[in-house]
Amino acid sequence: MTAVSDRASEILGLHPATGTSVTERERLRSIRRTAVILGLLCAGFAAAYLLWDVKGSWSYALDLRSRQLASLVVVGAAVGASSLVFQTIAGSRILTPGVMGFDSLYVLIQTVIVSVLGPSALQLMGVPERFILNTALLAGFGLLLFRWLFRAHSRNLFVLVLVGIVVGSFFTSLATFASRMLSPDDYLTLQTVLFASFTTVDVQLLGVTAAVAVLGMAALVPLLRRLDVVDLGKDAATGLGLDYHRIVTITLVVVTVLVATSTALVGPMLFLGLLVANLARQIVPTHRHTVLVPVAGAVGVLATVGGQFLVTHVFALNTTLSVVVNLVGGLYFLYLLLKAVRL
Amino acid sequence: MNVLATGGRTSLWVSLGAVVLAVGAYLSLAVGVVPIPLSDMLSPDERQWMLLSQVRIPRLVAVLLSGAALAVAGLIMQRVTQNSFVSPSTSGTVEAAVLGILVATLLVPGISLLGKMVVAIVVAVAGTMIFLQLLQRIRHRDPIVVALVGLMYGGVLSAITVFIAYQRDLLQLLEIWTTGSFSAVMSGQYEPLYAVLAVGVLGYVFADRFTVVGMGREFATNLGVSYLRILYTALIILSVMTAVVVVVVGAIPFLGLIVPNVVSMFMGDHVRRTLPVTALAGAGFVLLCDVIGRTVRFPYEIPVATIAGVLGAGVFVWLILRAARRPGATR
Amino acid sequence: MIDIKSVSHSYFDGAPKVLDDVAIDFPPGQVTALVGANGAGKSTLLSAMSRLLVPGSGQVLLDGVDVTKAAPTVVAKRMAVLRQDNRISARLSVVDLVRFGRFPYSSGRLRPECHEIVERALEYVDMTPMRDCFLDELSGGQRQRAFIAMVLAQDTDYILLDEPLNNLDMRHAAAIMQLLRRAADDLGRTVILVLHDINVAASYCDRIVAMRDGRVVIDGSPDEVMRAEVLSEVFGMQIPVHRVSGQLLAMHWAPLPAPALQAV
Repeated sequence: MTAVSDRASEILGLHPATGTSVTERERLRSIRRTAVILGLLCAGFAAAYLLWDVKGSWSYALDLRSRQLASLVVVGAAVGASSLVFQTIAGSRILTPGVMGFDSLYVLIQTVIVSVLGPSALQLMGVPERFILNTALLAGFGLLLFRWLFRAHSRNLFVLVLVGIVVGSFFTSLATFASRMLSPDDYLTLQTVLFASFTTVDVQLLGVTAAVAVLGMAALVPLLRRLDVVDLGKDAATGLGLDYHRIVTITLVVVTVLVATSTALVGPMLFLGLLVANLARQIVPTHRHTVLVPVAGAVGVLATVGGQFLVTHVFALNTTLSVVVNLVGGLYFLYLLLKAVRL
Repeated sequence: MNVLATGGRTSLWVSLGAVVLAVGAYLSLAVGVVPIPLSDMLSPDERQWMLLSQVRIPRLVAVLLSGAALAVAGLIMQRVTQNSFVSPSTSGTVEAAVLGILVATLLVPGISLLGKMVVAIVVAVAGTMIFLQLLQRIRHRDPIVVALVGLMYGGVLSAITVFIAYQRDLLQLLEIWTTGSFSAVMSGQYEPLYAVLAVGVLGYVFADRFTVVGMGREFATNLGVSYLRILYTALIILSVMTAVVVVVVGAIPFLGLIVPNVVSMFMGDHVRRTLPVTALAGAGFVLLCDVIGRTVRFPYEIPVATIAGVLGAGVFVWLILRAARRPGATR
Repeated sequence: MIDIKSVSHSYFDGAPKVLDDVAIDFPPGQVTALVGANGAGKSTLLSAMSRLLVPGSGQVLLDGVDVTKAAPTVVAKRMAVLRQDNRISARLSVVDLVRFGRFPYSSGRLRPECHEIVERALEYVDMTPMRDCFLDELSGGQRQRAFIAMVLAQDTDYILLDEPLNNLDMRHAAAIMQLLRRAADDLGRTVILVLHDINVAASYCDRIVAMRDGRVVIDGSPDEVMRAEVLSEVFGMQIPVHRVSGQLLAMHWAPLPAPALQAV
């Protein structure tokens, strides 16, 4: 047996320490190459975003733009990473937190808080406390919701997606309803409290969300290798000795936290995650989450920073990034459904 | 009427529906900043009559007509596509109509209501036709996937609309078109809605053919019904109904989806029998949403679309889960 | 030893029991086949044994410890399981899949000796030439062999397989059965597998456990089970049994005489 083995390994060019064949090492090199290109592109767009066509005061422009850039980076990385791991635990390439109505839930929770506590109480609370309260509630409700959905209907993927989308629209309607229940004055206050303005970017909020996003992604690191196993499916993962439910629950919590950071900064972006996570899986054909998650984060940054740069500076369009992302993402989602390849 | 002749159960539902509708109609006339008690309703004084004839009665009529129209449009769409999870409001027809209004407003500034309506109808027909074409191309014939494709297609259309509206600073107008509300309805502004009555009668005439088409192309051909011609007739009828309502009062979400489904649960899928009941139920549903919208935050009004969005999405989720739980659907 | 203590299970309240008070044990070193008609409860029993399913009542002990309460990785180093339906959405190469068999030992960071085990497992199932292919490029049989290699790489005392011969052609089916036989004889492994074909079970296994309606109907050596009256009770059809060149053969495909059909 060993003799055959040796001959085979000679043909395959197995590396004694890593056990990799020539083919595998080539694949690894191409992944590394892609990662480097991706990094360069991110850096390039970030620099361009900061420096392109500055008129008037440099210090003012740089200050504002660096804040915008920072929030775009947080949003892109958080959405990319969270969507990718969510796809893995959901076992599907078309399920992302955005598609499942996570973002809308965040808006709903904020509105309900305003309705219950009153806008003045919320303003008194200060940005970090408010964000942390929102995030904690989101994580709690999100966990309940998804436990229920996954347990009851895990057999039919499409039912899950459809319910998710409709639940998202339900949350949106409910949030509108709750906001209309406020007096017109309170409603105006809510609008200003609800979404941070992207054009100015509150430094305090940026600081808190960035810190939380970094913490969330750090919490993902020890999970990455286990997520490789989760990707094999529940039975296989259990068979390999993984505490499937614990990993999925922890991951869900991290995902909700990351979604909260991005939603707090720029509001709901329905299809950004879908677009980014699938692109990431396409450009690095590997199952390893140690590679996939950072790449998804980078693709996310590229999409937000590059997208925003192109939309505002190059094409000078009077529109928001989320409108463009929804358009492109919606078309891409349709394409996925129509092709129906390995959903 | 035929419906009443078909059996005790049907007539029971119809009469029950009529009673509920009458109570709702009374509430709709009576509720407002100036309440009108029942005793005055039959012999109103001059001020009350002004209010009734100029505002309250037009509003009631508009509510009933749009509710009935959207529900019937949904019913027809579901039957001819053989899929109970599609409807004009979840498969692009409404979004296309809104896009049509936007385009009309941009191209011909100061265009009349009728002009907007024509453009909206044309774009709605085109938009729905594209959806039917997409249906032919879907590899998964799973009804849930079809529903998803419809939602996404509508989402793409509305993203295009938002994109254009953003460019021209028309977001606020867009909000009015996409959020159906009866608060601005008054005498002299809602009359185009009567068009849906005519189209509705046409739909009733074609009802049996829709049922046959709903059994599939081979089945229809076997019975000597021209599949494509009836499909396109249905397409035009449902697009006209939808576009007219969207132009006059704005979009009302989920109505066309849930009402026909609930009616079909009790009465089956024979279009000639279910169409009148569906119309009544749709009218009743919108009436209910409108009365809630006017009372819950009195004296402010919550748009009908918001109430319908909350109620409708809830019922829709229940419908999906119910369908998924049925044996054979998931396992 | 795997010891099943009066396990019962039904999939939801009020449903008929898929497992009805099953009590049975599996001593080490044997190859055991679970046979029975569709819906007899074989796969459910295998799931309960491998803690993929927590039974409604009763417990499964692995060397005296309840499998649902033991540390997951400890169980994974002692018992490997392969389910029937193995569709995975990740884009994996064959060798990457097999490496997952080492996950209980390495948590994803493989040591040199792990690589040796992985390559040997690939060799066992004759998949070395396809080592770097992606799973979605393979035929059903090749994919099945890749999964079996993963289970082998897990290097456990107990190997539980749910219809492992599905999708395999005759050559590879026979090879897999011989391989499992060797694993038991040479390495003292305990193999428990759900099999469809009673003849395969009879020629390769030490013991056959036949189930019907969630109960164990008979549990014995191939000679004890391969009898027309026993098979009739298990499968609900007349199956003549003959001895052909020393091998018991149940001729379940043979056309039945008219009265026998009516009896069914």
